[in-house]
Amino acid sequence: MAINTVIPKKNRNIDDSFYREMKFVRMRTENLNFYYGKKQALKDININIYQNHSTAIIGPSGCGKSTLIRLFNRMNDLVPNTRIEGGIYLDDKDINGPKADVVEIRRKVGMVFQKPNPFPKTIYENLSYGLKIQGINDKTLIEQKVVESLQKAALWDEVKDRLHDNALGLSGGQQQRLCIARCIAVEPEVILFDEPCASLDPIATAKIEELIEELEKYYTIVIVTHNMQQASRVSEYTAFMYLGELIEFGKTEKIFTVPKEKKTEEYLSGKFG
Amino acid sequence: MIDAIKFRNYKENTYKWIFTILAFSSLVFLVGIIIVLFKEGLPIFKEVNLFKFLFGKSWYPTYDPPEFGIFPLMLASFWVMIGATIVCVPLGIGSALYLHELASFKQRAFLKPLIEMLAGVPSIVYGFFGMVIVAPFIQKLFNIPVGLSLFTASMILGIMAVPTVCSITEDALSYVPKSFREASFAVGANRWQTLTKVIIPAAGSGISTAIILGMSRIVGETMTVLMVSGGAAIIPKSIFDPVRPMTATIAAEMGECAMGSKHFHALFAIGLILFLVTLFFNIIAEIISRRYRLKLGLGR
Repeated sequence: MAINTVIPKKNRNIDDSFYREMKFVRMRTENLNFYYGKKQALKDININIYQNHSTAIIGPSGCGKSTLIRLFNRMNDLVPNTRIEGGIYLDDKDINGPKADVVEIRRKVGMVFQKPNPFPKTIYENLSYGLKIQGINDKTLIEQKVVESLQKAALWDEVKDRLHDNALGLSGGQQQRLCIARCIAVEPEVILFDEPCASLDPIATAKIEELIEELEKYYTIVIVTHNMQQASRVSEYTAFMYLGELIEFGKTEKIFTVPKEKKTEEYLSGKFG
Repeated sequence: MIDAIKFRNYKENTYKWIFTILAFSSLVFLVGIIIVLFKEGLPIFKEVNLFKFLFGKSWYPTYDPPEFGIFPLMLASFWVMIGATIVCVPLGIGSALYLHELASFKQRAFLKPLIEMLAGVPSIVYGFFGMVIVAPFIQKLFNIPVGLSLFTASMILGIMAVPTVCSITEDALSYVPKSFREASFAVGANRWQTLTKVIIPAAGSGISTAIILGMSRIVGETMTVLMVSGGAAIIPKSIFDPVRPMTATIAAEMGECAMGSKHFHALFAIGLILFLVTLFFNIIAEIISRRYRLKLGLGR
């Protein structure tokens, strides 16, 4: 568990069973405290995110799960008046350290948000954006990546004839898959999902869940969700948070069947939440 | 019981009528103004034809026979508008971008009201400032015979229009959903890329609206141009020539002309043209901003 090696990209898509067995820690936090002004939102969080596994973070509203996931790619930098104590490590490098390059971190750690947020541009431009800002100008390469990411996001068949239409014309579920494709297009290593199905209907939700399970083969996934069934369906590890604290963390089937903590059991059985 | 309900309905209806009347009263004023403008402006075209009026090169309304060619006046308004736009667009948009992107919360809370305060300064004060301080300074700086010129008018009017451009641009930028910014950052864009490739394009039509409304404000401004533009109804040959824009003409001459005279009607006709120009600007601005809100999915 302590071995922290970056897995070469070229191997990643071929056979991950070896790495899955080894359980590399891709990201971890160490005694993480986080404050909005004077209000403490996270208390002493220690959590490991394993390479090529998916980790679900569950808990009632306001427990800090979204705050935590947004710290993994420094999205909370945009929120004024916040303070971090403790460390968040990606491949054993502190992402808030003085040498950390926030642009590089966000490229490696992609994010899909609660509400689908495509740019008001065409579908094609939405996907090529991330590549173009990296300075990639090769048209054929961009086109190839666009197609590839749409296929991976299971959206290709639905949009292949209208790549140059405005992305806002897509349905909510399609927009969210487009956002996933946009995230994939820049080849991140970790993907953060912040309640990706919160604004979608059950059918669209099912499609996204299916997609997340598929993506697990290639990426390390962290997903915040309100929906316990969703957590049990898509994740291998589950973290239960309550009032800013990490109450329990472990294999999903263990958490859901034999939780160690009383709070976890109460939450899972619907006593509060 | 039934009486209580009746009374409530009665009250509701009264409120409904009061507010309906208030809402429509502005429409009444608008229609009234349009009617007066046409009624008093059109008779001049019995004396001079429309083409001669618009493109005649000399404006000598008090001569005998008088000449009513407003081309120099229109040209003056046009050049002042262009000059002032060149001044106010970079200043207004630049300060909006600073306020929105770089300023800390405290700076914004301090600066935004300050910029908006510029809009609250009476135009006569601008005129006074331009006449007493800016004009002599420019006269000395460029070593020209008069300081009251197209150039001075453009500068002062440009500064006057900054708050309009700045605050509408800032609004347009803040209407861009936060989620666009997050999405851009999440794929690894830096701040500059996010600003130029996502935020500004998304706010583009809002920014154009800001510019057009700023221009409309410049064209309609009267007191300041009257004081700083120099007042000569000639076709300007350089930016340091004095000019006499349409608004300044009306303000300066309306007091002197006899009611119902040709001169009087000619001034109304100028007012009519000004009205049509600003109306045109406002309609364009409205169309653009409506399209913009639709594009961002904000509804009408």
